[in-house]
Amino acid sequence: MTFLLRRALFYLITLWAAITANFLLPRLLPGDPVQAMITKLGGRLNSDAMASLYVLFGLDEKKSIWEQYVDYWGALLRGDLGLSFTFFPTPVADVLSQSLPWTLGLIGVTTIIAFLLGTLMGVYAGWKRGSWMDTLIPVTTFLSSIPYFWLGLIAISVFSVTFPLLPASGGYAAGLVPEWSGEFVGSVLEHAVLPGITIVVSSVAGWILGMRNMMVTVTAEDYVLVARAKGLSEKRIMFAYAARNAVLPSISGFALSLGFIVGGALLVEMVFSYPGLGYVLFQGIGAKDYPLMQGVFLVITLAVLVANLLADVGYLLLDPRTRREG
Amino acid sequence: MNFKTKLGLGILAFFTLIAVIGDWIAPYDPSAMSDDLLSPPSGAHWFGTTMTGQDIFSQVLVGTRGVMVVGLVCGVLATFLSILVGVTAGFLGGAADEALSALSNVFLVIPALPLIIIVASMLPSADTVLIAAVISLTAWAWGARVLRAQTLSLRRRDFVEAARASGERTWRIIVFEVLPNLMAVIASGFVGTVIFAVMLQITLSFVGVVSLSTWNWGTILFWAQSNQALGQGAWWWFVPAGLCIALLGTALALINFGIDEYANPRLRKVRA
Repeated sequence: MTFLLRRALFYLITLWAAITANFLLPRLLPGDPVQAMITKLGGRLNSDAMASLYVLFGLDEKKSIWEQYVDYWGALLRGDLGLSFTFFPTPVADVLSQSLPWTLGLIGVTTIIAFLLGTLMGVYAGWKRGSWMDTLIPVTTFLSSIPYFWLGLIAISVFSVTFPLLPASGGYAAGLVPEWSGEFVGSVLEHAVLPGITIVVSSVAGWILGMRNMMVTVTAEDYVLVARAKGLSEKRIMFAYAARNAVLPSISGFALSLGFIVGGALLVEMVFSYPGLGYVLFQGIGAKDYPLMQGVFLVITLAVLVANLLADVGYLLLDPRTRREG
Repeated sequence: MNFKTKLGLGILAFFTLIAVIGDWIAPYDPSAMSDDLLSPPSGAHWFGTTMTGQDIFSQVLVGTRGVMVVGLVCGVLATFLSILVGVTAGFLGGAADEALSALSNVFLVIPALPLIIIVASMLPSADTVLIAAVISLTAWAWGARVLRAQTLSLRRRDFVEAARASGERTWRIIVFEVLPNLMAVIASGFVGTVIFAVMLQITLSFVGVVSLSTWNWGTILFWAQSNQALGQGAWWWFVPAGLCIALLGTALALINFGIDEYANPRLRKVRA
């Protein structure tokens, strides 16, 4: 259990660092962008909203930085992330809670698919090295060198513009009301196909490559040789002996590269105008909507940390050594 | 050196050359408008033109420099930071190691892209060099982690112990005994960082938080996207820049495989 506790402690520290960075950035960087926005919106802000923006962005010069920090935490714990300028006068927290499910659905599912698919292909490529699978390596390298968003653009141009097979933007067909009906769910799935495939194709290569190289290394180990000498079946050696050990770096890598993958996937949402956090962030950039951008950053960080903790649980189940007390 | 590595080095050399001479060999001024609006590739405009009649071939040529400069600056800065943090952590061990490792893991886990977008959009002027510096600050952590692990395995080797026993200073052991043995790891970390930095810079330009006054491949894509090049079927507007990114990324990845195979002989091709 100590393993999980240590990891959880680390994630708490990371969360604290992210929140503190969020607190410090608008106070350290030159210029007062938020003040400019408040002036622009003028009388349309009510006094409550004004007060929370002052707390979040440190516009209240009379308070010491320490008092500001305490107030900031107070606001966060109340779930108060300020008002969005883009979706004025909706609070940032409301915008985020509407778009978070879309992002979790799209990015969560595609990341897991890419990881499982890539790892499986890596197992085979590493086990049967020298076979045709080796030609996959340069192809996937090329695919992973393409920015996610560009692949998304190409996908739209081919499958929505040239051959109008799939919708190019949005999360569901216009005119439908979000509800649990067959029509709506079907529309959601249809709209998720192109962005989903884009994310899987561009992120799968990394897993294939990492897994293949670990398989190649592990296959030369003595315990694999012993398993062979015992006459175990090929499949059993491949999965229960080689792959189970080779997958460990992939899983710890999964945790660490998640932040990077999520960044790329957010871009895919932007390109497809998918109603998740990435698209919200994109709209926020255009409008210089700092409360919204910072809110997106915090929510994404939180989601990545939770996913990391889940990956750690997986690691714990696969590697008995981490279960040892002490 | 095998064929893949040579191919990677060749492509890299090609883009480096373009970065140097791109400004001179560009047939048009990349920002100059003309009457050839949104025309497909032709003899006069190899990569076609934009909505305002700008020559895309010239934009790609001139934009190469911005991409390569950011890649190089970030590669150097971030590699320096990763050596500083990673080797120190691995060599010193104990509490210093715990603290520095936690620091690099925090940087790894926090999603860099949204954070950099916030920083870049708050900066009054987000020019190329400033962006390179900001990217470097988030790009060092992976290299530091790998270097730390490698240093840990070196610090108890006999030749290091011998240097310690003969009374060499700690910094001297690190620089003259440990670092030379880390060169392959440092080189592959450098290449990896360049890939990361180039991708991030292009992404930031595409999103529109980087100053649009200088050309790079990302700005071309930004203009293509904001003028709905896709909807108008103007594939030539976004295909060349994207292919250049993919080619450069592939070249760097191939170089990295070469370094990996050099450092880990098990990965070398088996001759059947």
